[in-house]
Amino acid sequence: MSEVASAALARRVLVAKVGLDGHDRGAKVVCRILRDAGMVAIYSGLRRTVEEIADIALQEGVDVVGLSVMSGGSVGHTGDLLAELGAHGVAVPVVVGGVVTERETAELTKLGVRAVVPVGAGEAEVLAAFEETDEH
Amino acid sequence: MSESKSQAMGPPEWTEWGLAIKPVYGPEDIDGTPPPGRPGEYPFTRGPHADMYRGRLWTMRQYAGFGTPEETNERFKALLASGQTGLSVAFDLPTQLGMDSDDRQARNEVGVVGVAVSSLRDMERIFDGIPLSDITTSFTINATAPVIMAMYAAVAKRQNVPLSRIGGTLQNDLLKEFIARGTYVFGVDDSLRLTADLVEWCGATTPRMNTTSISSIHIQQAGANIVQEMAFTFLNAITYVQTLVDRGLDVNDFGARLSFNLAGRLHFFQEICKIRAARRIWAGIMRDRFGATNPRAQMCRVYGGLSGSPMVPQQPHNNILRMAVGAVMAALSGLQAVHITPWDEPFAIPTEDSTTLALRAQQIVAFETDIASTADPLAGSYFVERLTADIQRDVLALMAEVESRYGSMLEAIKQGFPQQCIADEAYRQFKRVESGEEKIVGVNVFAEDGDSPMAVLHTPGAEVLAAREAVLTDLRRSRDQDRVDRALAGLRDTCASERNVLPAIVEAVESYATIGEITGVMAEVFGRYQEARQYV
Repeated sequence: MSEVASAALARRVLVAKVGLDGHDRGAKVVCRILRDAGMVAIYSGLRRTVEEIADIALQEGVDVVGLSVMSGGSVGHTGDLLAELGAHGVAVPVVVGGVVTERETAELTKLGVRAVVPVGAGEAEVLAAFEETDEH
Repeated sequence: MSESKSQAMGPPEWTEWGLAIKPVYGPEDIDGTPPPGRPGEYPFTRGPHADMYRGRLWTMRQYAGFGTPEETNERFKALLASGQTGLSVAFDLPTQLGMDSDDRQARNEVGVVGVAVSSLRDMERIFDGIPLSDITTSFTINATAPVIMAMYAAVAKRQNVPLSRIGGTLQNDLLKEFIARGTYVFGVDDSLRLTADLVEWCGATTPRMNTTSISSIHIQQAGANIVQEMAFTFLNAITYVQTLVDRGLDVNDFGARLSFNLAGRLHFFQEICKIRAARRIWAGIMRDRFGATNPRAQMCRVYGGLSGSPMVPQQPHNNILRMAVGAVMAALSGLQAVHITPWDEPFAIPTEDSTTLALRAQQIVAFETDIASTADPLAGSYFVERLTADIQRDVLALMAEVESRYGSMLEAIKQGFPQQCIADEAYRQFKRVESGEEKIVGVNVFAEDGDSPMAVLHTPGAEVLAAREAVLTDLRRSRDQDRVDRALAGLRDTCASERNVLPAIVEAVESYATIGEITGVMAEVFGRYQEARQYV
C-alpha cells in the first residue's frame, strides 16, 4: 500500500490534556508509542477545555480520544468530556491515563471509558488501550 | 515470582547521558581535572561555606500544602514541631495560574496539588501562629510570584515583623515553565519584566528573600538527562542575570539572592557530582561572564534532595528505602536545603505521617551518621573528581552549542530546541525502561503479581471547594470595594507603564483584591501566552 494510502487509513488518536495541569511527559510519550505503531497521534497541548477537546476530535475525525490527567480529578474531567463529546456528536471511545486511583478506575469504567492507562504502564498496555478492536 | 528482563543483571555501566562508567578508577583518571579546592572558596566545588554542616546544617524543608489554608496551617505547625527547620509551600494550580478558587476553570483543581490561596486573608490563615521572624519560607510560585510575595510581606506587617527580617525563597523561574512545566500565564518578555520587577523590589524591601530558585528539577522530570537539565537551567539563569544587568541592577547585589533548585533522582554519584559541577560552573559564569566579585554572588546555593520521579506506585514501601538513599545522596552533595519526596507521592498528596518520615530520613542521616561531620567528604575520590569534571565539560559543551546555534537561550526556546530535546529524551528513557536496560525494582525487575499500587490515601473532597466559595463570598462582601477598584485601576496603569509593578500589587493585595482579579488586570495588559506549536 502506498504511504499516502496507509496514512489515510491509519487510526487517528487525539491525546488531550484537560484542566490546569502542565505535566505532559506521559501524554507525549503515548503519542510517540502510537506513532511508532503506525497511528496518527495528535497532541492537543496544555490546558484545553473539554469544549476545545471535543472540537478538535470532531475537526480531526479521530477514532479515539485519550485524556491525560496527572493532577487528580480524572472522574470529574472525564464526565465533563463525555458530555461534551456527546453534545458535539462525536461517538468515539475514550481512554483515560495518568494518576488514576483504583476507585477512580471503577468509576471511570462505569462512565463507559474504554480503558484506563495508569502511570507506569508499558508499551503493550498503551497499545492495547488504543488499538482497533472488533467493537471500535 | 517475577521474571527479570533479558538484560544481564548488573549495575549500570553507563551514565545517563552515555559516558562509560569504568569498573575501577585510579589516580590517572584525575590527571588534569580541576583541583577540588576548599569549601567556601572560589569556585566553591566543595560547598559555598567554609565549615559547611559543622557551621550550619542544611535546612530541612519538606514541600507541603494542600486543601484549605487552615489545613495547611495545621500541617506546617505539625512539621515544625517534628523538627522541620524551614517551610516550603505547595500551591494548587488555580493559585499558581492566578485563578480564584471559585473560578469556573478551577473546578476540579481547588486544593488538589497544593493549598488554595485567593487573597491575603488566605495567606494570613496559612501563617496564623507561625512567626515570620522565626522561620524562612520557600514558595513554589512562578507566574503569580509577585502577588504571593506581596501577600507574605503583608502578613509580616500584620505580625509586626520588619520586612528586612523576613526570609525565604520565591521560585520565580518562568523560563522553565515555557520549556518544561507549563504553568506560565503571560508571555516571555512580560514574564522577564515581572521577574526583574520582583528582584528589584525585594532587593530594596525584603533583602533576605532569595528572589529566584532557578530550577533543573522540572526540566529533568519532563524528561531531560542530567547534562541537558543542567545546561538548560544555567542558560535560563544566564538569561535572568543578563536581564537584571540590562536593567541596571548590580550583579554583586542581586547575585547574592539567586538560588537554585537541583533536586535529583537515584543516579547517586551522577547526582552528587552534578551538584559539585554546578557550583564550579556557576561560580565561573558569575565571575568571568558577568564580572561578579562578591563571593556571595559567585556561590551556587542549592535547594535539592530527591525528586518525585524515582517514586513508583508498585510495591510502595520500596519508596521508603529510596527516600533513605536520597537523604544520604543529598547530604553528600553539600546542599543548603533538602526535600525528600515522601513514599506515597505517586498516588496521593503526602500525609503528615509520610512527610514526617521523609523528615526523619534527613534527621537520621544528619544526626546518626557522620556524613555531615565534614565538608564534601567525597572530595579527592578518583571517581567523583573525574565524574565532576566530565559533567562540567559536557554541560558547558551543550551550553556552548545552544548559544552558538541560536545566539541565546530565548531564541532557542522560541524555536523549540530545549522542548524537543526533552521530549526526545523522555521517549528514550521510556524505551530503556521498556527494554529492561534501565531497571526499576518492582516495575521491570522483581515485579510481583497482584501488585495493586493505586491505593488512595488522601484526596480533597468537595467540602474544600464549598469552603473556598464561602470564604470568597464573604471576602467580597466585607472588603472596601472602592479601595479594591482604585488599586486595580492603579495596577492596570502600572503594568502598561515601565514602572515597577510591585507597589501596585502590594496595594491591591492589601486591599484584599483576589489573585484572580489581580492576574485578570495584568492579563488585560500583557495578554496570555499560548504555545505556538507542540513538541512531541
